[in-house]
Amino acid sequence: MSDNNIQFLLNNELRTIVNCDPNMTVLNYLRQVLNRKGSKEGCASGDCGACTAVLAEVSCSTKATSEKEQLTYKSINTCITFLSALHGKQLLTVEDLQQGKKLHAVQQAMVDCHGSQCGFCTPGFVMSLFSLNKNLPTAKIYNAAAKDETLELSLEQDIEHGLAGNLCRCTGYRAITAAAKEACFTDDVDQFELQAASTISQLKAITATNDMVALHSEGKSLYIPATLDELANLVELYPQAKLLAGGTDLALSVTQGMAQIQSLIALGNVNELTQISETEHTLSIGAMVSYQACHQLLTREYPEFGQMLYRLGSTQVRNAGTLGGNVGNASPIGDTPPVLIALGAKLVLRRGQRTRILSVENFFVDYKVTQLEEGEFIQSIEIPKSDKRKQLKVFKISKRLDDDISTVLACFYLKLVDQKIVEVQIAFGGMAGIPKRAFLCEKALLGKTNCPETIAAAMASLAQDFTPLSDVRASSEYRMQVAKNLIKKCFYEISQASTNVETRVESFSVQRAFNA
Amino acid sequence: MRKLSKSAEQKNTNNSFSTVGRSVKHESAEMHVTGKAIYTDDQLETAGQLHTAVGMATIASGHIKSMDLSAVKTSPGVVAVITLDDVIGHSDIGAVFPGDPILSKDVIEFYGQAIFAVAATSHELAKRAVALAKINYLESTPVLTIEQALAKQSFIRPPHTMKRGNSKAAIKKAKHQLNGNLAIGGQEHFYLEGQVASVIPTEDGGMMVYSSSQHPAEVQKLVAEVLAIPFNRVVVDMKRMGGGFGGKETQAAGWACLAAILADKTQQPVKIRLNRSDDMMMTGKRHPFQSHYQVGFDDSGVIEGIDLLLNGNCGYSPDLSDAIVDRAMFHADNCYYLDNVSITGNRCKTNTASNTAFRGFGGPQGMMIIECVMDDIALYLGLDSLQVRKANLYGIDDRNITPYHQKVEDNNLAKMIARLEGNAQYSQRRQDIAVFNANNPFLKKGIALTPVKFGISFTAQHLNQAGALINMYTDGSIEVSHGGTEMGQGLHTKIAQIVAQVFSIDIDNIKVSATRTDKVPNASPTAASSGTDLNGKAAQNAAQTIKQRLIDFTAQHFSVNSEDIVFERNIIKAGEQTISFVELVQKAYFARISLSSTGFYRTPKIYYDRENAKGRPFFYYAMGASISEVLIDTLTGEYKLLQADILHDVGDSINPAIDIGQIEGGFIQGMGWLTTEELHWNTKGRLLTTGPATYKIPAISDAPKVFNVELLQDSANRESTIYHSKAVGEPPFMLAISVWSALREAIANSLEGERKQGLTVELDTPATPERVLKAIQSIADKQKVAKNG
Repeated sequence: MSDNNIQFLLNNELRTIVNCDPNMTVLNYLRQVLNRKGSKEGCASGDCGACTAVLAEVSCSTKATSEKEQLTYKSINTCITFLSALHGKQLLTVEDLQQGKKLHAVQQAMVDCHGSQCGFCTPGFVMSLFSLNKNLPTAKIYNAAAKDETLELSLEQDIEHGLAGNLCRCTGYRAITAAAKEACFTDDVDQFELQAASTISQLKAITATNDMVALHSEGKSLYIPATLDELANLVELYPQAKLLAGGTDLALSVTQGMAQIQSLIALGNVNELTQISETEHTLSIGAMVSYQACHQLLTREYPEFGQMLYRLGSTQVRNAGTLGGNVGNASPIGDTPPVLIALGAKLVLRRGQRTRILSVENFFVDYKVTQLEEGEFIQSIEIPKSDKRKQLKVFKISKRLDDDISTVLACFYLKLVDQKIVEVQIAFGGMAGIPKRAFLCEKALLGKTNCPETIAAAMASLAQDFTPLSDVRASSEYRMQVAKNLIKKCFYEISQASTNVETRVESFSVQRAFNA
Repeated sequence: MRKLSKSAEQKNTNNSFSTVGRSVKHESAEMHVTGKAIYTDDQLETAGQLHTAVGMATIASGHIKSMDLSAVKTSPGVVAVITLDDVIGHSDIGAVFPGDPILSKDVIEFYGQAIFAVAATSHELAKRAVALAKINYLESTPVLTIEQALAKQSFIRPPHTMKRGNSKAAIKKAKHQLNGNLAIGGQEHFYLEGQVASVIPTEDGGMMVYSSSQHPAEVQKLVAEVLAIPFNRVVVDMKRMGGGFGGKETQAAGWACLAAILADKTQQPVKIRLNRSDDMMMTGKRHPFQSHYQVGFDDSGVIEGIDLLLNGNCGYSPDLSDAIVDRAMFHADNCYYLDNVSITGNRCKTNTASNTAFRGFGGPQGMMIIECVMDDIALYLGLDSLQVRKANLYGIDDRNITPYHQKVEDNNLAKMIARLEGNAQYSQRRQDIAVFNANNPFLKKGIALTPVKFGISFTAQHLNQAGALINMYTDGSIEVSHGGTEMGQGLHTKIAQIVAQVFSIDIDNIKVSATRTDKVPNASPTAASSGTDLNGKAAQNAAQTIKQRLIDFTAQHFSVNSEDIVFERNIIKAGEQTISFVELVQKAYFARISLSSTGFYRTPKIYYDRENAKGRPFFYYAMGASISEVLIDTLTGEYKLLQADILHDVGDSINPAIDIGQIEGGFIQGMGWLTTEELHWNTKGRLLTTGPATYKIPAISDAPKVFNVELLQDSANRESTIYHSKAVGEPPFMLAISVWSALREAIANSLEGERKQGLTVELDTPATPERVLKAIQSIADKQKVAKNG
C-alpha cells in the first residue's frame, strides 16, 4: 500500500498532513493543529456556516474552444469536512483574505455596510461572500443589473442561494445582503487571481503522480484511492469501511454522535466517479459528482428538479454533497431519491470487477437498509432525459425555506393527453421509512380525466399508500394532509394557463438569468 | 415586483470627524471580518490546558439511586472528575432566589441537569469520558406543561396581580364580550457562540476568569462563593460575546464555576465550552406562556374591561422568572389604555431547564395576548384591526394611566402610526391585497400594523446603576472601562463616541477595554436594553470629571476664565490661544493633574411598590410600529414575509447605523420566535430540537425583500438620558408581532365568501406551516358549520 500523504496548499504554503486522527475535521485541524482561530464552531453539524472556508481546485474551462485550466472556488463547512477533502486543493480561510493593511473587497463591503454585530458568524459570511464573488459573473454584468430589474432579481437570488447556509442571529441579514451587493459590484483583482498560475502549478504537482493517498493514526485509517479499480479493491478488502463522499451526513456521526470510524475510504479523488456524461436518452452522473456540479445539467433537463436543488441544504452542502451519497445514505428524507424514483432513474452498482444495474426505486429496502451488497458501491446514477410530453412537479415542504430538511417531498411525473392521465409516477419522501412510490394514488389517477373527482379520489387513496410518522419536523396528520393537498396543487399548476397567478410562496416563477 | 431593500443612513463612507449622532462603524468591525477578533474559545491555550465536559441527567424528574464514575475517571486523558461533594463553598448559584444547584447528587429536576464534570486533556476526550458514567435513577412523573403545572398548582414563586378599576363588572356591562386562549412557544437564544469560560488559577488561591457573560460581576461573585474565597481574589475579563440575547445574563455563570472548581482542584487552566446540543439541552430559554383573556368592548372595539391571565413556564427553578413574569404583566397593555383591568401572572414550575432572560424579558409574551385581543375584536366586529388598535391607544391628556398606575408621558404612538401608515401606503396595499386574494385560489395575502411601547429600566431598582473608569495616557489616547459588556449591540462603539464627544476628539483616540471586574466593580448585567443608558452616563460622568480638571488647569495655565475654554476638534481654545489636545494632556501630566477618573450613574425618578402594584417602574418608554405583509399557501401552510415597514423611536440616535442594525436584527429574531423556531420535547421531557438542523432560526431568505426601517426624527427623549437617546436593544423585537398578526389576517382572508361574524382565527406560536395549515382548515370547518347550522 502506498504511503503518500495528504497534501494541500494552506493559502500559498504546501502542507503535508501526518499524525492526525483520520476522523479529524478540517475545522478542528485549523483551530487545534494550525492555531487558526478565525473559523468558528457554531454547531459542528454543517447547519450554521460559522466555520465556512473555501477550497480552490484546478478545473478545465468548459468552453470547448480554449481548454484552459482555471481555479474554481467552493465554500465548505469545515466542521463536517474530513481532512481527505483537502488533498490537492488550496484551502483559504478568513485569515488569508487581507493583504497587508488592505481588506479584501468582500471584507471592506461588510465593514462599510455594517454587516457585522457580534462578529461570530462574520468569518463564515466573509468566506461565503468570497466564494460567491468568485463564482458570480463579473461586476460589469451587475453594473448593468442596476438598470435591469430581471438581472437585479437574479442577483438577489444568487446572493440568497450563496448565503443561505450562513446563520446570523444579530443583523436580520439586510446589512449583509447590502454588503453582498456591494461586493458584487467591485471588479478588484485580488491576490488569488494574480497568483492563479502559480497556484495551479503547485496544485498540479501534488496530484501529478496520481497515487493512492492514506492517513493512519490512532489505529484509524483513511484511504483516498485515485482510480476506480483501486476503489473496488479497497471496498472488497475493507467491507466494514465507511465510504466517504461529501460526508455531510457521515461526519455528523463523529461530530455529534462521538463515533470513531476505524476505516474511511474517501471517493473524492477517483476521477471516474466525478464524471458526467450524456447519451441520446440518458444522463450518467458519477456517484461522486456534487449537487453543485450537476445542478446546471439537471436544471436544463428538469427545471423543477433544478429549482428544488437550490433548497437542498446550502451552497456549502451542495458543494460537498453528492447525488450518489444522497441515494447511498438511504435516508427517508433525502431530497433527490423521490425525484429519481419518479423519473425512473437507475443505479450502476460495482463490486470488484462486476457491475449490475438496479432501479433507484428497488434500491431501498427498509429504513437505512439498501440492496447494496458487502463490498459493493454505487458507481453512477443513470437518469433518463426528459420527455417533453411529460411534466415534472417537485414540491419540497419544510419549516424554513432555506437549508432545511424536508417534512415532505413530493414528486409527480406525468403525461396528460387531452386532459386524460396516461402516464403517472408519484414518489414521496418523509412519508415512510424509505423514499417510496404512491402506487394506489397512481392507480387512482391512471387513465382518468383530470377533474376534481379524480383528484379527490387520488387524495383519498394516499391514506392507503402511507402511514407517516410524527417527529420534530411535523405531525403525522400534517404530513398526510399536506401530501394530499400537493396532489391538488400539482394538478392546479398543470392546468394553470396564466403565468400571472403565482402558485408558490417561494417565487419559483422568477427565471434565473445567469444559468449559462 | 420586488424592490431593492433600503434603509436610512446606512453606509459608512464618511471618514471625517466622527462623534455622537454619526453612523460610526462597529469598533471591532475590521477584526470581525478578518477573523482577528478573539472570543473566549480563541485565546491561546497555555501549557497544561484542560478541557471540561459535563455529565447530564437523562431523566426529567426523580432521584439518583446510584452513581458509578469509575470508568469516567480511568478514561483516556481524564485528569479530574468532580461531583457536588467537591464543592467547597456555596453549591447553589441561584441568581435571585436559591434553587440552582451547581451539580446535583440526589434530586433531578430536568433532563440535562448537571451531575458531574470532567477535566481532560482535550475537549473530545472529556466528551468521551462523560459518556462512560453509570447512573441509576428512581424516576418520577415529570411536570412538563403549563396545564400540568396549573393542575398541580406547581408554582416556582407566588402569583401576582395588578389591577385598576373593576374589570369583572365592566366586562359584564359592555355590549360585547369575547374570551380566548393563546399558547406562546419558547425560544432558544441560539447565540452563535455557545456558553464558554476559561479559568486560570492564580498565586493567591484566586482565579482569573474569562467568561462569555453578560454579567461578569455575578460570575466573579459566584466563582468566589463556590470556592469560598473573597470576591477580590477573582477577576473576570470579558472582551466580547458571540451573541448573548439574555442567555448569558445568569446562565453563563455556572459553567465558569464548574471550570473554577476543576481549576482549583487540578491547579491547571481549565476551559469549558458546551457543544451546541449540550448547550441547548442544559440552558434555559424564553418562557413559553399560556395566556387567557376575557374582554368587554363597545361597537367601535374600545375595551371597557379586561381580565388577563398570564401563565409563564419557568422551568425547574426561579432564576429570573419572577421579574420576567412581572415584565410580561407590565407589557400586557402594550400601547393600549385598559380601563378596568386585572392582570394576573402565574409562575409555573415544570421539569424543564430553567427558563431565563431573553430579549424583551417577558415583555413580548405579555404584548402577544393584548395584540391577540385587538385582532379578535376586529375580526368579531368585522373591522380593520388597525382601526381597533387606534381606538384603544393611550391618550395624551387622558386615558393615559397604565394598569400599574404609571402615567404614559412621552406618547408618540398616534403620530408614529399615522406616519408609518402613510409612508407604507397601508390603505392602498390593503385594497391591492383584496384584489390579489380574489384572483388567487390558493395563495392569500394579509397585512397588519402593530405598535410597541416598552418600559425602560430594570424593574429591580438597585440594578439601575453603573460605573466607569477612564484612563488618559500622555499621548492623549484614552482607555475607557465600564460595567457593560459587548455582545454585538455596539455598546463599546457608542461609549467611545460619547467619550470622544465630551473631549471633542477623534474616536480613534478611544479604546474601550474588555469588561473587567477589577476595573469597574459590582456592575449590573448588560440587560434590559440599558447598556448605553447606564454605562454611557457613567462614562460621560468620568470623562467630564477629567475634562473639568483639564479646564481648570487650562484656565490657570493660560490665565483665562474657564468659560472661555472650548474643546473643539482635537484643539483646545483658551481665549485667543489654542493648544492641541495631546499637548494639553502632556502639560497637565507635568503639572501633576490626575488623568484618570471613575464615573457613576443612577437612574432618577423610578420607584415601585410591588405589594400594591403601583409606581413608576420605568424611567421612560421606547416606542415603535411596524407593518408586515405576508403571503400564505392555503394548501401547504407555507408562508413568506413579503414586506416589512418599521418606524421606530430611538430618541436622538447616538449611532443611526447601529440602532437600525438593532431594529432589523430584533425584528427578524422576533419573527423567528413567532414563526419557525419550534422547541420540541418528547414525553419524557427530553428536548429533541438540540441543533440548527431541527431548530430553525431565520435564514437569509426569511428576511423580507422589501425591508424599510426609519428612525423617528426630531424626537429627543424628554428625559435627560445620554444625549437624549432611547434604549434600542429589546423594543424592536416586539415589532415582529405584526408578522403574526398579518398571518392571522391572511388566514382569515382564506375564507371563501362572506365572513361569518364572530369567527376567530386560532394561531398559537410558533406559527409553523403546520399550525398555519391547521388554522386555515379549522376556520374553513367553522365557516361550514356556521353556514350549515
